[in-house]
Amino acid sequence: MNISNKEYDVMVKKATPNSKLFTDCVKAFIVGGIICVIGQIIMEGYLALDIKKDDASALTSATLVLVGALLTAFGVYDKIANLGKAGTLVPITGFANSIVSPAMEYKTEGLVPGVGSKMFIIAGPVLVYGITASVIYAVIYKLLTGM
Amino acid sequence: MNLGTKMGKQTIVYDDSVYIKSFYSSVGKLEGEGPLGKCFDVVYKDEYIEAKNWEQAENNLLKNTVTGAFAKAELSCDDMDYVFSGDLLNQCTGSSFALKDMCIPYYGLYGACSTMAESMSLGSIMVDAGYGQNVLAVTSSHFCSSEKQYRFPLEYGGIRTPSAQWTVTGSGAVILSPDKSHICLDSITTGKMVDLGVTDNANMGAAMAPAAADCILAHLRDLELKPADYDCIVTGDLGIVGSTLVNEIIQKQGSDISDVHMDCGSMIFDPNTQDTASGGSGCGCSASVFCGHFCRELIQGNIKKMLLVCTGALMSPTTYQLGETVVGIAHAVGLSYRE
Repeated sequence: MNISNKEYDVMVKKATPNSKLFTDCVKAFIVGGIICVIGQIIMEGYLALDIKKDDASALTSATLVLVGALLTAFGVYDKIANLGKAGTLVPITGFANSIVSPAMEYKTEGLVPGVGSKMFIIAGPVLVYGITASVIYAVIYKLLTGM
Repeated sequence: MNLGTKMGKQTIVYDDSVYIKSFYSSVGKLEGEGPLGKCFDVVYKDEYIEAKNWEQAENNLLKNTVTGAFAKAELSCDDMDYVFSGDLLNQCTGSSFALKDMCIPYYGLYGACSTMAESMSLGSIMVDAGYGQNVLAVTSSHFCSSEKQYRFPLEYGGIRTPSAQWTVTGSGAVILSPDKSHICLDSITTGKMVDLGVTDNANMGAAMAPAAADCILAHLRDLELKPADYDCIVTGDLGIVGSTLVNEIIQKQGSDISDVHMDCGSMIFDPNTQDTASGGSGCGCSASVFCGHFCRELIQGNIKKMLLVCTGALMSPTTYQLGETVVGIAHAVGLSYRE
């Protein structure tokens, strides 16, 4: 085959359609925005029940995680994701989806080697680097502001 | 015994010694709703196919396809001399677990999505050499078991790129025999692995197109044929992106197959209504479309002469993580209609 890897790379790029960046961004903005508005409504609801703001924030996150998990369990979340693109990935509901979906998928392989070990197959890196970054941040913060 | 003739470097031509005695195809719901939906022998509405998990579902899919091929020819496991089978699951368990109780001498293959042509090639050598009166060639793939192994959990809301392909839930089986039928297996061309440096595992069509082009050109060169000598040259699962590329590569080599080229991956789904991006893929794609659509066209004489070129991407999730390229492979089988 007298085509170099470089030449072929150019041919592949030409033949491969790109994602529709603009429309995908608009969809993500709308769907992601709707999830955030729902979050705000839930938060206002908790505040109206005379719950403190910090507690209401935590409860709102927990509620959204529960909703994300339930929608995943009922097989709806991936359909919303197909419509909303990254708009469903970024909010905390996406985090719930990334943990519940492998738990469901690997249930057939048992509770320990299946669900237990595969549950964090997608969310694992987020936890590892999220926690590491927060520890580094805390150390720097303490060093700068004094112990 | 009639030994075939080796032509050129990669092709063997048989002297009317290998025929397809029986063919059978099974697919899942989405494939059944596609443009070729009516061609398949069975369409499963429930993708679990009476199993408890996706791996067993694929076993049942393959097993039922084999049983269907037996029933069509009024044969049983005992009549089979050999079976050549492969699939996409780790350690080829899709095939081994499906066939373990059939007690047929078994060769397990891994040719990724090129397996249908690979199993037919090896089976035809057995038949031509006189070692078998009935040799079974079969393969399968299942969308759900493949997603689990190669991509993400089914319910994960990940997004596909436009070049990504949809693994077909499907299986195809043929029984090869020296007994004369309407479909004669004329020749086989064993492909070489071709690697033009594609690393994107969401663009398998691009990774496989060079191997398909190389195999088609080798076949035409070895047999001194022109593309127009075939009614159709059918690639396995290049999809929309890979089909464009295979035509471009062949044109760059001074030939042109665009008038006779078809692609099972581009035919099995309707990209406008089924949201399957670049088209179908998987061992079951070429297997079910060949056994469902093309065998029927051949047996009715609507197609007189065709070249089936099944294409595979040789990689694993581990090689992808290691940054290795996706290596392409393709094998070709020449078939013709006999009265």
